[in-house]
Amino acid sequence: MIRNLTNRIILIVVVVALSLWIDLSREILIPNPFSNTNEALFSRDVEPRLGLDLQGGLQVLLEADIPADQTIDSEAMEVARQIVQQRTDALGVNENVITVAGDRRIVGEFPGLADTESVLATIQQTGLLEFVDTGDDLPEAGTILLTDYSPTGEPVTAGEGEKIYHTIFTGAEIDSISVSPNQFGGGYSINFALKSNGAQIFGQHTAANIGKILAITLDKQVISAPVINDAIIGGQGTITGDFTFEEANAFAIQLRYGSLPVPLKIVETRIIGPTLGADSLNKSLIAGGIGMIIVALFMIIYYRMPGIVAVLSILIYAAIAFAVFKWFHFTLTLPGIAGFMLSTGTALDSNILIFERMKEELRNGKTLNQAMDQGWTRAWSSIRDSNLAAIITSIILFWFGSSFGATIVKGFSLTLALGVIISLFTAIYVTRTILAIFIRSFKPQNYERWFGL
Amino acid sequence: MNILSKRYYFFAFSLILIISGLTLLAINGVPLSLDFTGGTLFEVQFENGKTPDTSTILSIYEDSNIDDAQITSTEIGSVIIRSSFLTNEVRDEVLKDLKTASDSEVTVIRFDSVGPSIGRQVTQRAAIAVAVASILVVLFIIWSFRKVENAFRYGVCAILAMLHDIAIIFSITGIGAYFFNWQVDSLFLTALLTVIGFSMQDTIVVFDRIRENSNILRRLEYEKLVNHSIVQTLQRSINTQLMTVEFLLLALALFGGVTLQEFAIVLLVGLLSGTYSSIFVAAPILVVWEKREWQTWFGRSANA
Repeated sequence: MIRNLTNRIILIVVVVALSLWIDLSREILIPNPFSNTNEALFSRDVEPRLGLDLQGGLQVLLEADIPADQTIDSEAMEVARQIVQQRTDALGVNENVITVAGDRRIVGEFPGLADTESVLATIQQTGLLEFVDTGDDLPEAGTILLTDYSPTGEPVTAGEGEKIYHTIFTGAEIDSISVSPNQFGGGYSINFALKSNGAQIFGQHTAANIGKILAITLDKQVISAPVINDAIIGGQGTITGDFTFEEANAFAIQLRYGSLPVPLKIVETRIIGPTLGADSLNKSLIAGGIGMIIVALFMIIYYRMPGIVAVLSILIYAAIAFAVFKWFHFTLTLPGIAGFMLSTGTALDSNILIFERMKEELRNGKTLNQAMDQGWTRAWSSIRDSNLAAIITSIILFWFGSSFGATIVKGFSLTLALGVIISLFTAIYVTRTILAIFIRSFKPQNYERWFGL
Repeated sequence: MNILSKRYYFFAFSLILIISGLTLLAINGVPLSLDFTGGTLFEVQFENGKTPDTSTILSIYEDSNIDDAQITSTEIGSVIIRSSFLTNEVRDEVLKDLKTASDSEVTVIRFDSVGPSIGRQVTQRAAIAVAVASILVVLFIIWSFRKVENAFRYGVCAILAMLHDIAIIFSITGIGAYFFNWQVDSLFLTALLTVIGFSMQDTIVVFDRIRENSNILRRLEYEKLVNHSIVQTLQRSINTQLMTVEFLLLALALFGGVTLQEFAIVLLVGLLSGTYSSIFVAAPILVVWEKREWQTWFGRSANA
């Protein structure tokens, strides 16, 4: 027998109502009742997030371009991640997610992205700007200069006939940057202002080297190599080159967000066209829907009244799970849907275990209430143990997925684990409550007809 | 229903299936996809009727110094080009050349490019993940069955059933690779991991019943106790299996795409095997272990 049936019903109704609210909205907004303006007391965006495989897009796996036996500072990886994030944000792409995976990799995901070229180009550039003293040598734009500055701290060695130039300071000294059209002729130039320390170095160097060449290089490649005409005091400068607006802008983005503390190389690229994504989404939705209908029919025909209860319970399960996914901004992917379908299987399994147990007890001549109690208590140990085993496995898989950037496995294990946890609640709590309500309202006598004995 | 009396038939059935599939796999090698070996898959769609012929595409690749490109066309009229690892710069170049050569818009449907070093690490980590998960689950089962005699056996048998399912999956992959050119990719990995999880679940449900019955029916002979427990959980196993399999069969039929079809078939077979192994492998081995039957395996029964 269930005591506190009313309390149970209230809890379930509240949970279901909240879930449906989240399921059916794009944004949860609670206005502040004491405010005259439209200020929100609480708001959260619950737009469903579709993975790359469902809406198309780009995924790149970046790896630190540093020998494998060298350890990389985790802080440096985090800074690199932020820089990649800022650079791609500045390109105006939406929903880009950049995460560190393991100790030397970064995963970048750009759902719904059409122009993959500019993103890939922007990410990959180290963006190391150097102001190099070349003395009397006048390097042409585009030549590669060997300088004594190295981001890893390793000394630079010159090969036969090569010359190492001195780097006066790097892009780290730049305070602000802007793009403006050239005063004469077409094209754009980049204006920069230096931080106080940089301004001082710049001032001293230019004062002492009038008539010499100051080369400006990006990733060791010469962009321009002006002659120093005057001492430049105050830290303001202009890089004049024959840039198009796009070039100047991309350049400015890189300077603004600094250079990467670790050089990154692209080790994996996946691009999924939007049509393939939409196709997969449709097919999985249809498959899920038809699958659910068949399962519902089977449950109702085989288990009769408890079958109807189980179907209701599974629907509630699906509503809660979807709400949780939306609330926590989980990205839905195809493997994620597979994980969800399998946890639905687990939810069904819990119901089946209980109903089989109930039927057994009824066959042994127990009363309906006894059979219900026994069904739940006896089935509980196997539901608990088998679900715990599934959760243990998902946790290991999640760890595997996130430490490696294997997003497929990560999405799968996350939905599986959450689904299993939610299914524990619905099978143990919801199914039982609804069945109790049904039994009270219908008072079934003929067990053969009502329970399919 | 006496299921256990036929236990050696079940063992033989599993062994035949596993050995035949694994032999195929051993002869032909494991067909690893680019997820593991590294390489590039480039799927493009041309405007209607403007798809260039294979030799044109091949020569475009050769111009970029890629001479191992393999070209297949799909049901939807797109072209899949597999080759060694392509950088993004080379891809842009190839794409441009394809546009010029075909005089048509070229839509990129899919581009998967994996560096060669990544694949090996994926395989390694996956093996570690499976090993760690199995050890944890064994420990969990031993702990959970601590009040039953020989709790350790239950853990080991659950792992044996799991290994059985992994072997069956590789066996079916061997068969699929031989007849349908299947490849082992990261989706396959997902399927494998799922089956492992559910194999455990199924085995635990059967073992749980044995655990419960061993408290109630203390006097019953062990073999009869296990058999009784199997029969009692049989209805549940069939119903759950029917439903989850039903689910996946439908997904399989409707998902279409070759990659997902493979995923669904592997899952389907794996889940069936998971249920099969919990009833016909894990539980019977418990009995074999209890009776120490291996002492009579090699004809010594005549002397005994």
